Amino acid sequence: MERKIRVLVAKPGLDGHDRGAKVIARALRDAGMEVIYTGLRQTPEQIVTAAVQEDADVVAMSILSGAHNHLFPRVMELLAEKGVDDVLVVGGGVIPEDDYDFLKSKGIAAIFGPGTPTGSTIEFIRNNLKRK
Amino acid sequence: MPAERSLSERVAAGEARAVARLISGLEDGEPRAVAALRSLHRATGKAHIVGITGPPGSGKSTLTDKLIRHLRGTGARVGVIAVDPSSPFSGGAILGDRLRMQDHATDPGVFIRSLASRGKLGGLSRATAAAARVLDAAGYDWVIIETVGVGQSEVDIVRIADTVVLVSVPGLGDDIQVIKAGIMEIGDIFVVNKADREGADRVVREIKGMLETAAALSMSQPAALLSQGGHHGASALTGTGAFGSTAMALDETGHPILPPIIKTVAATGEGVAELAAAIAAHRSNLATSGGLEARRLEGAVTEMRGLIAYRLLDELEGPKGRELEARLARAVVDKEYDAYEAADILFAALTQGGRA
Amino acid sequence: MSEIENLRKAIQAWNAGVDKAVAKFPERRTDFVTGSGAPVARLYTPLDLEGRGYQAEIGLPGEYPYTRGVQNTMYRGRFWTMRQYAGFASAEESNKRYKFLLKAGQTGLSVAFDLPTQIGYDSDHPLSAGEVGKVGVAIDSLEDMETLFDGIPLDQVSTSMTINAPAAVLLAMYIAVAEKQGVGPDKLNGTIQNDILKEYVARGTYIYPPEPSMRLITNIFEYCSKQVPNWNTISISGYHIREAGSTAAQEVAFTIADGIAYVEAAIKAGLGVDDFGPRLSFFFNAHNDLFEEVAKFRAARRVWAKIMKERFAAKNPKSLMLRFHTQTGGSTLTAQQADNNIVRVAIQALSAVLGGTQSLHTNSKDEALALPTEASVRIALRTQQIIANESGAAETVDPLAGSYYVESLTNRIETEALAYIKRIDEQGGAVKAIEGGFVQKEIQESAYAYQMAVEKGDRVVVGLNKFQIEEGKPTGLLRVDPSVGEGQVQKIKALKARRDGARVAAALSELEKAAKGDSNLMPPILEAVRAYATLGEVSDVLRKVFGEYRPSVMF
Repeated sequence: MERKIRVLVAKPGLDGHDRGAKVIARALRDAGMEVIYTGLRQTPEQIVTAAVQEDADVVAMSILSGAHNHLFPRVMELLAEKGVDDVLVVGGGVIPEDDYDFLKSKGIAAIFGPGTPTGSTIEFIRNNLKRK
Repeated sequence: MPAERSLSERVAAGEARAVARLISGLEDGEPRAVAALRSLHRATGKAHIVGITGPPGSGKSTLTDKLIRHLRGTGARVGVIAVDPSSPFSGGAILGDRLRMQDHATDPGVFIRSLASRGKLGGLSRATAAAARVLDAAGYDWVIIETVGVGQSEVDIVRIADTVVLVSVPGLGDDIQVIKAGIMEIGDIFVVNKADREGADRVVREIKGMLETAAALSMSQPAALLSQGGHHGASALTGTGAFGSTAMALDETGHPILPPIIKTVAATGEGVAELAAAIAAHRSNLATSGGLEARRLEGAVTEMRGLIAYRLLDELEGPKGRELEARLARAVVDKEYDAYEAADILFAALTQGGRA
Repeated sequence: MSEIENLRKAIQAWNAGVDKAVAKFPERRTDFVTGSGAPVARLYTPLDLEGRGYQAEIGLPGEYPYTRGVQNTMYRGRFWTMRQYAGFASAEESNKRYKFLLKAGQTGLSVAFDLPTQIGYDSDHPLSAGEVGKVGVAIDSLEDMETLFDGIPLDQVSTSMTINAPAAVLLAMYIAVAEKQGVGPDKLNGTIQNDILKEYVARGTYIYPPEPSMRLITNIFEYCSKQVPNWNTISISGYHIREAGSTAAQEVAFTIADGIAYVEAAIKAGLGVDDFGPRLSFFFNAHNDLFEEVAKFRAARRVWAKIMKERFAAKNPKSLMLRFHTQTGGSTLTAQQADNNIVRVAIQALSAVLGGTQSLHTNSKDEALALPTEASVRIALRTQQIIANESGAAETVDPLAGSYYVESLTNRIETEALAYIKRIDEQGGAVKAIEGGFVQKEIQESAYAYQMAVEKGDRVVVGLNKFQIEEGKPTGLLRVDPSVGEGQVQKIKALKARRDGARVAAALSELEKAAKGDSNLMPPILEAVRAYATLGEVSDVLRKVFGEYRPSVMF
């Protein structure tokens, strides 16, 4: 039986712009994935606990407030603390390209900026899962 | 160096990652996961399993959220399995029940797992019962299974529960119809949520009226009710609720004791303490009356039937099953076989030891 | 035969001829649609406006139903207020930006607050980590507000504050700063957004559940009608609904449905519709489809006027007038070839002016990438000044009126909006429709349909899915100094050590008492901020009494 890809879609931080997160959640569902949608104002602790309990293959975070350099690395730290090393973590939102290298060095596999077609995100996820 | 602990050992120790991974494995039908669950079987049976179901928009998740808080207040550990339907088109799903349980998101005494129904057989999720067993084995004192009750198939999920809570809500228009559609008999406790809305008392009255009618009917001709449920599927034959095969409790005057109807406003927590008390009362009642054993026997039947149905389906949908199925379909169309003969051949091939 | 019959015949003949030609040489596409996906016909003629009376539906500028505008001379009297939303980092930094904008010819201030401020958390709250000063200025106490408006006489500017859940607190701080400048509240001009319903639907900076939130809003209405008479007590916002992905008609429908809910709440609280009605203002988006956007603004005015007159029996003409601020559409900006955004903004700004806006914010070209730099803010402001002074659009009133196309679009948007409002009424009004998720679901459907249309190429976005080029990394973006958060934390610490702690405690306990009762909360909030209670302290008192909102629906 084909294994379903499970994706946790979360909005860390305080910004309430969830259009992108909702659109991507729906696109992932329509691509046959199971999406756990946790909504706004997620702390890194909440995201990581949910990722563990839901046994997510992917954590997808969207942020538009500019707090990415603080929150994304914190999520990676907490995942590491819990010994989770096989989850693919991606980010999206308004994130300056200057920050991409820093975020990638912290373990964020990809950043999807404004205008990224949902198809590219889906393809990236399919091709880069850490758990087969 | 000590040997690495097995998955089932880690689950028994309550390790969240192991619990989560085992549930996934069971969802995917991995043999390793099945083996782990089997080795945990003797450790299960301690948790009390509460099934909560009701129509979409009735506030089940919010009610579950408040119930978790209440149970946590007693020091108990709580596991939650929230089942949402899979998309029939893509097979994907959006699972949003965690959204309403954020207060417990980082509480180590709470484990919340969202499951997509992956419903090849209606809403019956392959892994719901198994996931409940895993949480039980991992030491959660309560396991709440929350599911959308829109049809008979969802009822089956609830059948593995020890206590079944049916939620309705005023203003949905079809709330009562949902109950009428043959799931009335499985409710141990009835909740009218969003009771601050207009029409709540009317819903309470209607449920009460239906319970009384059903009680009167079951007193006079219990068999009728069972056969009435029969056409909904096998599971209705093993009805376990107030009017199922569990003997109905009578008061000292010989009248049946109707299940409680509780008004709640989940958003504010109103009525949740009463609901928790009703659940506790039902639990202790089951323990003293011997009802629990009857329930669990029926639960075992439901679970076995589910496993058989899924095993057949897996065989049918495997490459060989599909190939034989296609050949037989051709034969039916070409009038070589009729559909009954073809089904006999297919069934025999699927079940006679050898894989089809 | 009547003229209209003749025309009908002529058009039939013309269509037959054109259809034949099109069969041989097809048009660019089979279906033409507006920016919101509504069908567009090949040709609009007087037939499309049949049955609609000019006087009843269009009328004259400054007269009911205000389709043509709320003033009789519109921009011949004076231009719209050019108001750029700005604010970032610390109060000191933002104060500098405001002075820069006023010097550049801007005529009103528009304050952007950071997210912790918008959600009622002090900068030292754990959830504020990483967010302080990022999308706006961090305000923790009256002290920051004093710095923010240092050297800006509050009786000479109008100030718009994008603040919702804690609007009462920020308004109280503004009043208190004015007091210190010797300016009475009756001399203050400005707007607070104060629109909580769209926060639940589209923007996400809510704190309390709907019921106490509606109380805070009506408390502000009541307080200002007596004490701050020139203040716009709410800016009922479609902007964020559109940004969340709605269509133009949905933007009108859901905004006005929210407006109805506020009017009903205020009436229920015992206020007279004409006491607060004139101070209600609106806030809309401007997207790229020029004609549809113009029609949207015109339809919104007509729908609101009719509802205020017919449903609420408002008598004061000012209660019937839909006055609105416009911001160009942030979601239409592309990160790709960002310079193209200047052109988009110009078209959008033109639609707002042709649609009769009272004030306007033009987005800067780099906002899909980061907060705007001073240079790009200047271009955005210059765009407005070019429209005002060079385009000719401001020289006559409602120049597109009478266009068969624009009037048809106006009618269509009105009809669609009224149908939505009816569906919302049937659900018990906007609050219930939001709690049940209806509004969110409708918006979400539109957002998804748009995204899919772009991805399939049905909808062209220049530079994004057509006419792409290879680009280097964008450079010269504004970066907020990450030390702002640390600075704010130090400031709070110093303030708490310095202020009169007993006075703060007394004021907060008075506020708690008032919140548990049903008196107006503005006076105790004002007293608390005067005592230098922090925003977080005031909000926490109300959290304790009111509880916090938990979204219960996802889509």
